[in-house]
Amino acid sequence: MSAADISAPRGAAGMRAFLAGLWRGSALPVIIVVLAILSFWYVMAVQMNAPWQVKLNERAGETVSAFAFIEQTWNQTKPVLPTPHQIVAEIWEATIATDFSSRRSLAYHAWVTLSATLLGFVFGTALGVGLAIIIIHNDASNRSLMPWIIASQTVPILAIAPMVVVGLGAVGVTGMVPKALISMYLSFFPVVVGMVKGLRSPEALQLDLMHTYYARPGQVFTLLRWPSAVPYLFASMRVGIAISLIGAVVGELSNAAGGGLGVRLLTGSYNGQTIQIWAALLLAAALAAVLVYLVELSERLVNTMMGVRP
Amino acid sequence: MTAVVSASKLSLTFKTKDGPVEALSDVNLEIERGEFVSFIGPSGCGKTTFLRVLADLETPTAGIVSINGETPANARSDRAYGYVFQAPALLPWRNVADNIALPLEIMGYTKAEQQKRVKRTLDLVNLTGFEKKFPYQLSGGMQQRASIARALAFDADILLMDEPFGALDEIVRDHLNEQLLKLWEDTRKTICFVTHSIPEAVYLSTKIVVMSPRPGRVTDIIESPLPKQRPLEIRDTPEFLKIAHRVREGLRAGHSYEEDA
Repeated sequence: MSAADISAPRGAAGMRAFLAGLWRGSALPVIIVVLAILSFWYVMAVQMNAPWQVKLNERAGETVSAFAFIEQTWNQTKPVLPTPHQIVAEIWEATIATDFSSRRSLAYHAWVTLSATLLGFVFGTALGVGLAIIIIHNDASNRSLMPWIIASQTVPILAIAPMVVVGLGAVGVTGMVPKALISMYLSFFPVVVGMVKGLRSPEALQLDLMHTYYARPGQVFTLLRWPSAVPYLFASMRVGIAISLIGAVVGELSNAAGGGLGVRLLTGSYNGQTIQIWAALLLAAALAAVLVYLVELSERLVNTMMGVRP
Repeated sequence: MTAVVSASKLSLTFKTKDGPVEALSDVNLEIERGEFVSFIGPSGCGKTTFLRVLADLETPTAGIVSINGETPANARSDRAYGYVFQAPALLPWRNVADNIALPLEIMGYTKAEQQKRVKRTLDLVNLTGFEKKFPYQLSGGMQQRASIARALAFDADILLMDEPFGALDEIVRDHLNEQLLKLWEDTRKTICFVTHSIPEAVYLSTKIVVMSPRPGRVTDIIESPLPKQRPLEIRDTPEFLKIAHRVREGLRAGHSYEEDA
């Protein structure tokens, strides 16, 4: 079956089969939950935006019907709680309808955040794997490094981020790298913890087997420990990529000139642009979801290559 | 004939939280080239420990053991033996051919040589055609055969087998025992075989070492008079039953010590 067959079911019969497939699969519960959230959202929007709308209407000396009033609360310019359609319109306006090179483009800011996230994720994963390798091969480093690694995660990232950004800015390092370092600071942790466990996961029997072959430590690592740790690596990376994004956003809060979704959040809150805040927020969430999905996709690919039981 | 394996006054004591445990006590044994030796005895009699000492997986606390006239450590670095564990211990991310090639890869054989040997050993254990299968796609018996092929791949003269068929059912076990005898005849290897089963030990061996626990020691060494050619039916002959009886007696003698204690 070719890709075209899957993506384009033939005619009405194909469409019906496609819908029936959705119905039988997980689509129905998902749709119900989404609808429930949306209705709740719109109800809350009426309730939270109503006081301000009442004031506005009093000032204007207007009296409106209940339906018109509800519609008004759903379409304020600076609502307490923006409605989904306002956020979607804002995202559309700021991404597709705005030129990418413009500083007003949300797509541009998303790209700034994404690039710092990915660089930080690569740094963090490499650091995490490196530390795990040192830790499993040397008991002294296990006891001396692990407490520091854990302590590093108890320090609030909001306190660290400005120091890193300002400090590196003072020595001339600006732009993506300081933010990537904050991402790294967050994302290396799950990788260290996961990989220490993963690299120690081979059974005594498998290690004995390598021993009988007179395998060198390097061979035990590449042929046994590393492949055994791969499932742990992917589990760690799934957590790592999501918190990498958080690290990048938090880093951006300390450097408003650099742009990024964090800056959009910041300027949005300065100017009371709640719609802008929510748009940046939802885009960040969507970005994280896509990134986690991509990690899962690569995991599935690697699993197939490694003959994991489907 | 030269002794491939020789142990004299071999003792091994494990230090545990509950005090020292004597796993092996004063074991003396000679194994000649080409012999098929079974070690039989109840759990805790030290038969697996003895095999692990030969494989340099455990270090004896007293006595001398030599393999091909060398220490176990040197024999291991010479790749003098192949070890088959109780469980197949196949690497799940490698297919059958790659699993068998694992020791060859470690020992630095060329790719062409690896392929040749994988093909030959797969043929020896009747697994030709399963090269590309992953371990989870094989039955327990086939997995264990693959692990035997892996131990044979690098042409070690000695095969150490620790209850390789213990987890398999009777019918599969009979079948594999027959195949193992044929393989032993084809390859002329020296085999040390640990088992719980009296019929298995008698059927396979040229020499049966009966052991008893606490402390692990050798109570009887039986040279089997059975012929080299052994169809499964040999297990119903009087000669076979006579040896089996003697093994059983040996095991019982080892146990009486427990009742005295």
